[in-house]
This record gives sequence, structure tokens and C-alpha cells, in this order.
Amino acid sequence: MKRTMIGAAALVAAALVGCSGASQEAAKSSVTLTGAGATFPYPIYSKWFDMYRESTGVQINYQSIGSGGGIQQLKAGTVDFGASDAPLDDAKLAEMPHPVMHIATVAGAVVLAYNLPDLQQPLQLTPAAVVGIFRGAIKKWNDPAIRAANPGVTLPATAVLPVHRSDGSGTSNIFTTYLSAVSPEWKSAVGANTSVAWPAGVGAKGNEGVAGQVKQAAGSIGYVELAYAKQNNLTAARLQNAAGTFVEPTLASTTAAIQASAQALAADVRAPTVNAAGPDAYPIAALTFILVYQDQADAAKGKAIADFLHWAIHEGQNDVEALQYARIPDEVVRVDDEALGRLTSGGKPLLAAR
Amino acid sequence: MRQPLAPRRRGLTVDGVYRGALAAAAGVIFLVVALIVLEIARGAMPSIRTIGWGFLAQREWDPVADHYGALPYIYGTLVSSLIALVLAVPLGLGSAVFLAELAKGRVAAIVSFVIELLAAIPSIVYGIWGFFVLAPWLRNALEPWLVAHFGYLPLFRGTPFGIGMLNAGIVLAIMIIPTIVSISREVLLAIPRSLREASLALGATRAEAIVVTLDAAKPGILGSIVLALGRALGETMAVTMVIGNTNRISASLLDPSATMASVIANEFTEATGSLYLSALIQIALVLFGVTILVNALARALVWLTTGGRRDVAGAT
Repeated sequence: MKRTMIGAAALVAAALVGCSGASQEAAKSSVTLTGAGATFPYPIYSKWFDMYRESTGVQINYQSIGSGGGIQQLKAGTVDFGASDAPLDDAKLAEMPHPVMHIATVAGAVVLAYNLPDLQQPLQLTPAAVVGIFRGAIKKWNDPAIRAANPGVTLPATAVLPVHRSDGSGTSNIFTTYLSAVSPEWKSAVGANTSVAWPAGVGAKGNEGVAGQVKQAAGSIGYVELAYAKQNNLTAARLQNAAGTFVEPTLASTTAAIQASAQALAADVRAPTVNAAGPDAYPIAALTFILVYQDQADAAKGKAIADFLHWAIHEGQNDVEALQYARIPDEVVRVDDEALGRLTSGGKPLLAAR
Repeated sequence: MRQPLAPRRRGLTVDGVYRGALAAAAGVIFLVVALIVLEIARGAMPSIRTIGWGFLAQREWDPVADHYGALPYIYGTLVSSLIALVLAVPLGLGSAVFLAELAKGRVAAIVSFVIELLAAIPSIVYGIWGFFVLAPWLRNALEPWLVAHFGYLPLFRGTPFGIGMLNAGIVLAIMIIPTIVSISREVLLAIPRSLREASLALGATRAEAIVVTLDAAKPGILGSIVLALGRALGETMAVTMVIGNTNRISASLLDPSATMASVIANEFTEATGSLYLSALIQIALVLFGVTILVNALARALVWLTTGGRRDVAGAT
């Protein structure tokens, strides 16, 4: 216990100086944390946990079992923290036994990968066209709604094959949240969730299933995570954002989208970030969260979680882009810092004021 | 030289222990099944209370509105398994007759080895094959041809996706053929030679003699089909990869569909609402019920076709 406290104190000092070398010489902590949840941020989380263990000795075990499972386990108290791509809504927050805090860790985007072999230029899509395709209203690629956004481009008269995720997924949640944000009809007829009653198209399991179907069948279009699309060199459509510009999905345009939502996020970090207003903002961007109880039963563990999260949203951000995640903008770091400052154990704050 | 063992007086006790141990082994299986049913029923309880019997008849499966109906999945499960049987029974029975009646020595050994090999392939491999090999062929060759020539039938309307009900049925058929072949062959081999010889002696042709043998082996063959059907109903991984996973009921075999097993595999991990989770468990309960029902019907069929005889090879 004493060693833990010394280790944690040394870590705070290290974090204040912003120098990872100092903590290496500090006594290693023996705290072990467990977490469970979202699969989307798993690659960066597992890298963070490795780096953090090397510098502080804090061991973090994480099961990437899906956001739903992470929430269930946090609720049951079998893990120290949960991770979810979708923030908990008020009803789900009320179901939790104690107040839960959302800490945004990284941002991601959902891109529309398509297979049109004869097309040279990147496809441009308006929100209405995206909704039309996934509602099954747009059946041919040379539909006026698609042609209008791609002047001078010859589009084939072939069938549009929309592909969606068949498994419940945070990616589907972000995408359907976007569709609901841009189309009242979609919102009332289908809505947003990790699984929805898709009105058209075929379902494939996982990013790899959607990508596989898109790669195979000419004329198909499906949504996958930006990181997955980049790693597999999928062709992604440029989407028209709220400002009217067609934006290519990149890490920078994802961060720009989060930044454009900063004001709403400062009021509530769970605020939707799709269809953000900025001119450079890619319209289907979202944050992913780590969920922790605001008041930690175990002070040592609580301190270790708070320290780790502080490290992740500051130093940890330098490593996210190598793994194709978008950094959280400074505005969101401040929101997170404020939330971390409110973490307590037995009513006492876990992090010293910084 | 050791002396022969003296007759044991404890014989009765040993028998008793032996019998007890075996009964316990059988009992454990019974207990496991009972516990599974109990646990599934318990998990499904909130959904059963909220939705009730309408669950079986409703076509809407909408996690957003928290509204759940299992009909599309029941339909998908039954139809995909039916397609599998329609394709697999003639093929499987044909190979079984060939192996038991016509093939000699090495040919028979090689063919049965290959068929048994089919049974050893993990279902994920069938799924990958269905997705990467069968689907493009269906999309580019068979399905456009079906649409062009039989498009007037509701069965073959729509866009050729490659993945969908037809693909799932074909993959399932290949997966269940080994079950039909290996059991039917054993049953046919168990039919006494005298039956064939008697048929031939009465002037039957080779084909007629085979028909007589098949008739005698009917209960066992039906049994093999039931076992195969059981596998098709519950198959999850391969079907999930190739069926297209939509909760719409469509008469067309080209359209995507979903089965009870595939929707559980797809949605269980991210089912956040408590009613949602419970509805998925209720689907498991329904799947269990459908399996029992199908098995019971098949038993009844066997019983009816044999008129209650139990003395025929393979009858259970």
C-alpha cells in the first residue's frame, strides 16, 4: 500500500514534469487494473497499457468483448473500468448502481468504402444520397442524387448494393447516429443503435466482413472504421459536411470534426459529434470513452485509474496517429481533465489540482 | 503359474457399483440438458413476460424501438435448412447407395475417406469458402441465369448479391452430406445379404433390389436425415458469413435472410438493453424448441413409416 502511494506520487511528479524518464526510476507500482469493453479502441489501448506498465508498473488487463459487455461488467462491478464507443444515455446511466463518468480517449471516423472499378475520381456523396442508398431508395449508381454531386463523372447504370454490419457494433451506432442527424425520416423510421432494422442491403460480420463484401462485388458500398479502411487501402467516398464542402475522411478532418463540436462537448462530453459544423470537419466522427465510477471504492485502484487516464489524454495522444486513431483536440482534453478532477475515493479527490 | 481367480462373492456389489456409475454418467447428461433449458428459460423470462407469444409471430426486430419478433429468424432457419435437405438428401443418399451397393474396395475406401473429410472441416472454413468462392460464382453466374430463366417465379426474383438464402442453403447442404452418407451407408451395409439375394432370385433387376434394400433401411436413413437436419438448424458460423443477415422475410432465395443462430451470434455481444438481451435469449429458447419439435416429428415419421417395427437395422 505504502509502495503504491509512493509510486503514484512519483507518477504525479513525472506527469507534472512531463518527463517519462523520471518515473522509470520511481518505485514500480503493483496495482493491477481490469477493464472490459469496446473493440474499436483495443489496438491503441493495448499499446497504452504496455507503455504505461513499462514506465509505472501498473498492470492493466483489458478484454475487448464489445461495448455492451463492458457496460454490463462495469455495472456488475467485475471490472475497474468499462469502455464504450457510444456514451451511456440518461436511462442507461440511471441503471448503473453509482454515478459514472465518461472520459473521451481517442476519436475515430466511419467511412463509406465503395467498389466502382471504372471510376477514376473519388466519389462525392451528399447526406441525402447516403440516406437514400441505405434506405434502398437509390437503386442505381447513375441516380440523379448521386450524379448531381459528381459533375463531369460518368456513373454506371449498375445496381447499388448497400452493405451494413450484421453484428451489433459501435461503428453502426456512429453511422446510424449520423443518418438520424441528417435525415428526420431515417430518425423516425429506423433510428440509431448498435443494431437497427436495416431497410435495405445485406449484412456482413465485422469490418472485415463488410470490407470483404465491398471488395468482391462491384457496385457495393459499405461503412467501415477509418482505421480499418486506411490499413486495407479501401477507396472511401468524400462526404458533404454541414458547411457544404466535400471532405475526405482523414485523421485531421476527424479531429477537426470533434473540435467543431467543442462547445457542445464542454457542456456534456456525451454530445453527438456527427455532422459537425466546421468547414474541414468530416461529418461521421465520434469519440470513444472509458467509463469509470465517479467515486472509487478502492483508493489505490482509483488513484491508478485516474493517473492512467490523465497520462492517456496527455502523453498518450502522441502515439494514437501511428495506429490510425485521431487525437482528441485540446478542448476535449480540458473537458476530460475537468472530469478527472472530479473523481474521488471516499469523497476525497484522487488527482491533485493541476 | 497364477491360480485362476476364485469366483467372486462381491460380484453383486461390483455390478451394483458399475450400474450406478453408468447411470450417473447418463444422469449427468440429462442434468446438463435440464440446467441449460432452465438457465435459458430464466434469461428469457423478462422478454417472455413483456412480449409473450406474439414473439413467435411478429416480423419486426427493432432494437431501437425495443420491439422484438422472431418470425424472420424462424423463417430463415427453417427455409435455409429445407434448401440444405433438398440438395443434400439426393446427393447423400446417392453416394451412400453407391458406397454400400456398387463401389468396390479401393474406390469405396477413397470416396468414404473424402466424405468423412468433409465432416472434419471446421464450419468457419465453409463460411470462408462460401463467402469468397461460392458467393462470386453465384453472383456472376448462377443467380443471373436463374433470374433470366426462372425470374417469373417469386423464388428467383431480385438482385443477385451472391450472399443470401441460396448461398446459405448450399453451404449447409455440403456440411450435412457427410452425416447422411456415413449413417445411411452403415445402415445399408447392415441389411442382410439374404434380402438382396432373395430379390434377385425372384427376378428383380439390380436397381429393383436396391429399392427393396432401401425400403428395409428406411428408418435408419430417415434417422440420418434427422441428424443432418439438426446440424443444419443449429449451424451458426458458416451461415452468419453467407446468409446476408437481414431481418426481412422474402420469398426470393436470392435475397439475404438470417437464422436464429446467426442473429444471436451477431447481436449478443453488443446487446445493451436488458429487454434486448432477454429477447436474444428467448430466440435461443425458441431454437431449442424448434429443434425438439423437428426431432419429435422425425421420430413420429420413422414410427409411422415402419408401423412401429423395431426389428429393422438402424431403427432406434
